Amino acid sequence: MSYILILVGCVFVNNVVLSQFMGICAFLGVSKQIKSSVGMGGAVVFVMVCATAITYPLYKLLEHFEITYLKTVAFILVIAMFVQLVEIVMKKTMHGLYKALGVYLPLITTNCAVLGVTLGNINNDYTFLESLTNALGTGLAFTLALLLFSGVRSRIEGNDFPEAFKGVPATLIAAAIVSVSFMGFAGMM
Amino acid sequence: MSYLVTVGIFAAIGLLAGVLLTVASRVFEVKVDERIEKVNDALPQVNCGSCGFSGCSDYAEAIVSNGAPCDMCRPGGEMTAKKIAEIMGVEVTAAEPEVAFVRCHGDCNITPHKYEFGGVQSCAACNRFYSGSKTCTSGCLGYGDCVHACPQGAISIVDRIAKVDRSRCIGCGLCVDACPNGLIVVRRISQSVDVTCSSKDIARVTKSLCEGGCVGCRLCEKNCEQGAIHVVDNHAVIDYDKCNNCGKCADVCKIGSVMRIG
Repeated sequence: MSYILILVGCVFVNNVVLSQFMGICAFLGVSKQIKSSVGMGGAVVFVMVCATAITYPLYKLLEHFEITYLKTVAFILVIAMFVQLVEIVMKKTMHGLYKALGVYLPLITTNCAVLGVTLGNINNDYTFLESLTNALGTGLAFTLALLLFSGVRSRIEGNDFPEAFKGVPATLIAAAIVSVSFMGFAGMM
Repeated sequence: MSYLVTVGIFAAIGLLAGVLLTVASRVFEVKVDERIEKVNDALPQVNCGSCGFSGCSDYAEAIVSNGAPCDMCRPGGEMTAKKIAEIMGVEVTAAEPEVAFVRCHGDCNITPHKYEFGGVQSCAACNRFYSGSKTCTSGCLGYGDCVHACPQGAISIVDRIAKVDRSRCIGCGLCVDACPNGLIVVRRISQSVDVTCSSKDIARVTKSLCEGGCVGCRLCEKNCEQGAIHVVDNHAVIDYDKCNNCGKCADVCKIGSVMRIG
């Protein structure tokens, strides 16, 4: 039961992008097309779950030697490795998606949502399986936010805005409204 | 001793990551055409975008992968085109280098000011305020939007008018879009005569606004043996397909708005 609660909590109530405002850079950068946002979401889910699988035992190791103050550095190192791995694999197997994601793919390394998940697992005293569920849920939440927003964006793309609102301002306003819609879930859990 | 453990742990993580990534990069190796890198090295890396691609590396890829022409790099000019052609093994006739030219010479000595502009020091801002602070509404505003656009520092504001240093200009054309009055054009470097006024006002008005404005007297038109210069929209315009750079139009112009340049 607790796993389902964590999953639902991650995806809807505490949506990583729309409620906690993490990973905004990729959220705005890659949500232009539905295809690339699905690809980005998949990459983030993979990096989050794999990074959690490594960082959880790694934290136990750091705890054992009483050097937990170095957890941020150690976690970033692990995350960077997985991002690099995704990049190498994607370049070979999905070249079109690789080009579409462009700079945002290596930028997953500095996507605070990924680091946020791994650090959050420790702050919340999750067990190993709960951590993995949390990582999966957060990844899915990121994907959901990206998917929703790319849908919204494809609707506003062709519309006739005043000159001053064209492009980035219109996108930001739309992002704010999508975020407000997720406020409806607040306090449910 | 404790720091040794710390260093050891991090070294181990680093080593593991390194090994994993090396294996992955071998397994998932992608063959990249080595000519892309060579062509990229031959390009000047100014990333001005005047070739129509988003940067030098993008252009290099387009040359090798999509067969884009070799001579589109304006900053690199003939030398770069030749180098790229050598790498690609094709013949090329390089385009002649081009330079920007400001079609106005109304500096503070000959064009008076209507008011002192105290707002944001930019041509675009000043132009919105009664079409600029100078009396002539189609001339150079002199706040240097083109100076900021220039990647080579080739434009400077002298006596409140933009001057192009032709030895530094690479002809990328970024200043052309920056000028709110559209005064800047990019010409082939061999064109040594040009009209330094773009006023569309009738002669009486132009005369009252600027001492150096073209009044459309047609002296140049009458004296041109090639029939290359004509008065269009109340100022002289040169047709460079016919012009042979003899400079007679510049000699006969009493106001000095047709000039020899270079």
